[in-house]
Amino acid sequence: MCDQTFLAITFGPCDNCSETKPLMNIYVKNEPINYCSLCVERMACQGLGPNETLATLKTESETLKTKLEEERAKLHDAELHQVAEKVEALGQFIIKTRRTLKGHGNKVLCMDWCKDKRRIVSSSQVRPFRWRRHEHAVTMPCTWVMACAYAPSGCAVACGGLDNKCSVYPLSLDKNENLAAKKKSVAMHTNYLSACSFTNSDMQILTSSGDGTCALWDVESGQLLQSFHGHSADVLCLDLAPSETGNTFVSGGCDKKANVWDMRSGQCIQSFESHESDINSVRYYPSGDAFASGSDDATCRLFDLRADREVSVYSKDSIIFGVSSVDFSLSGRLLFGGYNDYTINVWDVLKGTRVSILFGHENRVSTLRVSPDGTAFCSGSWDHTLRIWA
Amino acid sequence: MSTTNSIAQARKVVEQLRVEAGIERIKVSKAAAELMSYCEQHARSDPLLVGVPTSENPFKDKKPCIIL
Repeated sequence: MCDQTFLAITFGPCDNCSETKPLMNIYVKNEPINYCSLCVERMACQGLGPNETLATLKTESETLKTKLEEERAKLHDAELHQVAEKVEALGQFIIKTRRTLKGHGNKVLCMDWCKDKRRIVSSSQVRPFRWRRHEHAVTMPCTWVMACAYAPSGCAVACGGLDNKCSVYPLSLDKNENLAAKKKSVAMHTNYLSACSFTNSDMQILTSSGDGTCALWDVESGQLLQSFHGHSADVLCLDLAPSETGNTFVSGGCDKKANVWDMRSGQCIQSFESHESDINSVRYYPSGDAFASGSDDATCRLFDLRADREVSVYSKDSIIFGVSSVDFSLSGRLLFGGYNDYTINVWDVLKGTRVSILFGHENRVSTLRVSPDGTAFCSGSWDHTLRIWA
Repeated sequence: MSTTNSIAQARKVVEQLRVEAGIERIKVSKAAAELMSYCEQHARSDPLLVGVPTSENPFKDKKPCIIL
C-alpha cells in the first residue's frame, strides 16, 4: 500500500523577509523553516562553496556511492548459509493454530502483545479498534486504525491511521468508563500513520508516516522531540533496537530502503537498498546486531548492521506474493513471515531454507508478532480473525 | 525554483553518503559467526524452537488420551 507523499505548502509571512507569500516548509538541520521561495533560493546559493555546482555535487555523490559499494564488497568474504553449514539442521516442525479469535467485523490490520504475554491489542479497518483481554474484547472509539501498540506498563494503548494522528488511550478495569473522553492526541503527521511504538517507557512514542518521516513524541505534552528525514516515499514500518540502552531504530519504506536512525541526533546512520519493492515490515534480530525485512518483492532479507550489508535472502520461486509482516523467534533461529497469499512461511535464519509453511488463514496475513516470552506467535488477517500459533 | 531544491537535496545526499561511507565495518564471515553463536546460546530457551511440554504451554490444550 503506497500513497503519494506530498509537500505541504502554506501561505503566510516569510520567516526571513516578512512578506506574505506562499511559503516553502523545509527543514534545515532538523529545524522547520518557513521561507518564501525567493529567500530559499538566496539561502541555497549562499551556502554553495566556490566551485560547487549541482553538477559537482552530483559527481561527488556518485563517487561516494561507488566507494560505499567497494568498501562493502571488500568485506563480503562469505555467505551466512555457508558459515552456517556446520550448524545442526532443525528437526520436524509442529506448529498449529491453538486459538482463533473472531469478533472483528473487518480486516485485521495490526496487533501487538502486552508485556504480560497474555493480552493483545488488535485493530481493524473501519470497525472500531478492539482490545482483547483474556479473550474479552473491549471496543475502542477510533476508526481507520492502521497501527497499534501496547505501552510497556500495559496501562495504555496507542493507535492511529488515516486520521494522520497517533492517540494514546489509558486502559482501565472499569468497562463502563468512557474511553473516548480520556483519549490523548500525541502525534500529528501530514499523512497516514503507518506504525507506532512506545520506546522503553510509557512516556515516548515513535511513529512513522505516509508523509515520508518518522518522529519521536513526548506523550504527556504531545511535543515533537525529534524528527527523522531521509526516506523519499511513505515510511511503512519501524522497529526499535532491543537493548535497554539502545538509541537506534530501523524503518522501511516505499522507497525500497531500510534506514537505521540515531534517536538522539535524528541522523540516519545506515541505509540499505537491496529490496526490489516496498518494505512492509522490519524487525530487529534479538541480539540487535541485525534486522530482517519483508517486502512486496516476495522476499524476506537479513541485514547485518556491523557488516553493513544484506547477508541473507529468504525466497523461493514458488513464492510470488508480498510479505506483509516478519518476526523472529526468541533465539533468532526462526523467522516467521506473513504473506499476501494467505500463508505463513517459517525460515531457518542461518541456513536460509524454509522450515515450514503454515496454512489456516482465508485471506492475506496482514500482521504477525511473536509473544514476548516466545511461547507463541499471533497472526492477524484480512479474513477478520487472529490466530495464535504454538 | 527546482534548481535550489535540487542543490539543497544534492547537498544532503552528499553529506549523508559521507556519514555512511565513514562507518566501521566488519567482515561478513565474522558477523555471520556472531549471529550463529547467539542462536546457539539461546536455542535451548526458545520455546518455539525446542517446544515446551503441553502441560507448561498455556496455549496448548490438554487433550485426553484415548486407548485404541
